[in-house]
Amino acid sequence: MNVNPAQQPAIGHNVIPKMTARDVNVFYGQKQAIKNVSIDVTSENVTAFIGPSGCGKSTFLRCLNRMNDTVDGARVEGRISLDAQDIYAPTMDVVQLRARVGMVFQKPNPFPKSIYENVAYGPRIHGLARAKADLDNIVESALRRAGLWDEAKDRLNESGTAMSGGQQQRLCIARAIAVDPEVILMDEPCSALDPIATARIEELIDELRGRYAIVIVTHNMQQAARVSQKTAFFHLGTLVEYDDTSAIFTNPRETRTKDYITGRYG
Amino acid sequence: MAELSAHTVKSFDEDIAQLRAVITRMGGLCESQIADAVDALMNRNVEAAAVVVENDKRLDGLEAEAEELALRIIALRAPLANDLREVVAALKIANVLERIGDYAKNIAKRASVVAQSQPISQAVIVPEMARAVVGIIRDTLDAYVERDAAKALAILSRDQQVDEFYNSLFRSLLTFMMENPHYITPSTHLLFVAKNLERIGDHATSVAEMIHFSATGLRPAERPKNDFSSTIYAPQ
Repeated sequence: MNVNPAQQPAIGHNVIPKMTARDVNVFYGQKQAIKNVSIDVTSENVTAFIGPSGCGKSTFLRCLNRMNDTVDGARVEGRISLDAQDIYAPTMDVVQLRARVGMVFQKPNPFPKSIYENVAYGPRIHGLARAKADLDNIVESALRRAGLWDEAKDRLNESGTAMSGGQQQRLCIARAIAVDPEVILMDEPCSALDPIATARIEELIDELRGRYAIVIVTHNMQQAARVSQKTAFFHLGTLVEYDDTSAIFTNPRETRTKDYITGRYG
Repeated sequence: MAELSAHTVKSFDEDIAQLRAVITRMGGLCESQIADAVDALMNRNVEAAAVVVENDKRLDGLEAEAEELALRIIALRAPLANDLREVVAALKIANVLERIGDYAKNIAKRASVVAQSQPISQAVIVPEMARAVVGIIRDTLDAYVERDAAKALAILSRDQQVDEFYNSLFRSLLTFMMENPHYITPSTHLLFVAKNLERIGDHATSVAEMIHFSATGLRPAERPKNDFSSTIYAPQ
């Protein structure tokens, strides 16, 4: 079954989607990884993608900032737009797109540079700062928004890789925020972190909500329940169900969703 | 209603089965407590009434057991969707069944007072009312065991029958007391017995509502109420 986002209950009134996907199909060579997926993502809500391994949730996430372009044999059909602008249009500058649609990965991957340089790198190459003072401001504000300033302010010149795993992940979020994106994609951002570091990331996601459209892929059902307001369940490349998170976790409409979230799947 | 497929983690199914078994035992015990209490009352058997009072402790114990199991499942299994509804419903049902047990105990306690006075002919309606109530509880438990939302829904309207019994007894006892003031004590106790049965009927239907919610995630529409005794001033 495919879900028509137009029929989905909206949270709030007149919510304009930040990103929309319509009839998206993704192929890796002959293999079809995503089948006819249509979905809307808004800034007001954190959207969680859940589903078993290989269901296509990460593949679909990576379509949202064209990360699949770098995969050999990957082909994306259908229309994905950011503020009604087709991101697969030939005129789209992919570097700009990825600044607008940032990404945080499963394993924290700070550059082997100082904490300061990790955050400053993006704004500098995108020409967001004219003077050193501007850049200092951007770095501080990004680290503050990522909840890392107090821990990092006295060691800005130390290597980012010397931080703890949880700090590194928040550094990566600060790095994504520094270029002032509109959308942040997170691919299992907490799976390598301990519960305390996970809780801090989840709190951070909640604080960033509203300011950025956030899409998070997670294997942790409880995490999806905690951080998101909308949840999409993927299975075998299709979007099975997309609804308010509270509805998905208390009374899902589709048997496949129910079997998956209650641990009865396969 | 289709049985749910098993959890990948089998011990989760065992936990749920254990919780369901406790609830089912509580339901069975409620049925026998009500029937035994009314029997003791009608047969003026004070010893049998004392046994009912004593047995109520078992219901209290089972409720505590259900609560403990449900808390453990929530803490250790983090149940979701139908599992979550099942555990929450079980918690609430255990609580309601314990209350039903209290009403049965209260009926038994009144048996000794009633036994000290002359029989009242109006009392014949009480065993009939008790049968109707026990029937509702039995069918409710069947619906619980079978996770059958349709069956649970069908039970809801049956509470009206119990309400009618109660209204009828209320009116006739009121008349009887006016005409026979020296029977006011046993009549009042009898009235409370009937009220207890009426309350049990209400509680049993609320259990049926929880079963429906647990099975479907939907609350049934407002059920019809037929207890008008609160508006009766004097018998016509």
